[in-house]
Amino acid sequence: MDAVFKALADASRRQLLDRLHAENGQTLGELCKGLDMTRQAVTKHLAILEGANLVVARRRGREKLHYINPVPINEIAERWIGKYERHRLKALSELKRALEGSNE
Amino acid sequence: MSRPIFIYVTYINSTPGRVWQAMTDPAFTRKYWVNHRNASDWKVGSEWRHEDYDDASLVDIVGQVVESSPPSHLVLTWASPKDAKDPDKVSRVSFDIEACGDGVRLTVTHSELEPDSPMLSGISRGWPLVLSSLKTLLETGEPLPGTLVKKAKQWS
Repeated sequence: MDAVFKALADASRRQLLDRLHAENGQTLGELCKGLDMTRQAVTKHLAILEGANLVVARRRGREKLHYINPVPINEIAERWIGKYERHRLKALSELKRALEGSNE
Repeated sequence: MSRPIFIYVTYINSTPGRVWQAMTDPAFTRKYWVNHRNASDWKVGSEWRHEDYDDASLVDIVGQVVESSPPSHLVLTWASPKDAKDPDKVSRVSFDIEACGDGVRLTVTHSELEPDSPMLSGISRGWPLVLSSLKTLLETGEPLPGTLVKKAKQWS
């Protein structure tokens, strides 16, 4: 859990997560576009995000694609929010709706 | 436009066999998956259904078992019952369960999703909830966690 908080405690890394949230499965080159960061810096930030399990990398041919993995963030939320069953049930009912495919 | 893919990974302090059981055994799934069961014999080519535990006429998701190698690998097709015959609306979910250190790395890859579809929006909210609930259930024995996590060592 420390690794998740450390990874999230940096604006550049949150920006990378935002970009993957907007478009999942990007290469390093795609992620670097329009960012005020060197390629090396992005590589380093991605390694920290991967280490915290917030980003998952998958090879496709020669390319390495990066995917946002929000599961650890949900685990953090559950630690403090999940105590209250009412909220929990709300989340679960949302999940049910979500899995049933009725959009919002 | 390529079809969107989502990859979800969670590390669970458990064994591959228990994780497999937790995904396929109704007594398990009802506890962390909104009182639902995943009904199938889990053989390649068989149908599977994600349905209400108490009322099997309420089916949320249907599909076929594409690959099945207990307890490490399972691939399913995935669609709303009303969309099951429309190839554009049938997506694919792979579960990979690997031993990792003292625990298990569970990877859920949901691919071939229809861009901007209600299903895409639904699964991207649903999987993080289901997977963290599964992790909590297997690690603590309780689907509704308290504020204190019993395990001293957190995986993530």
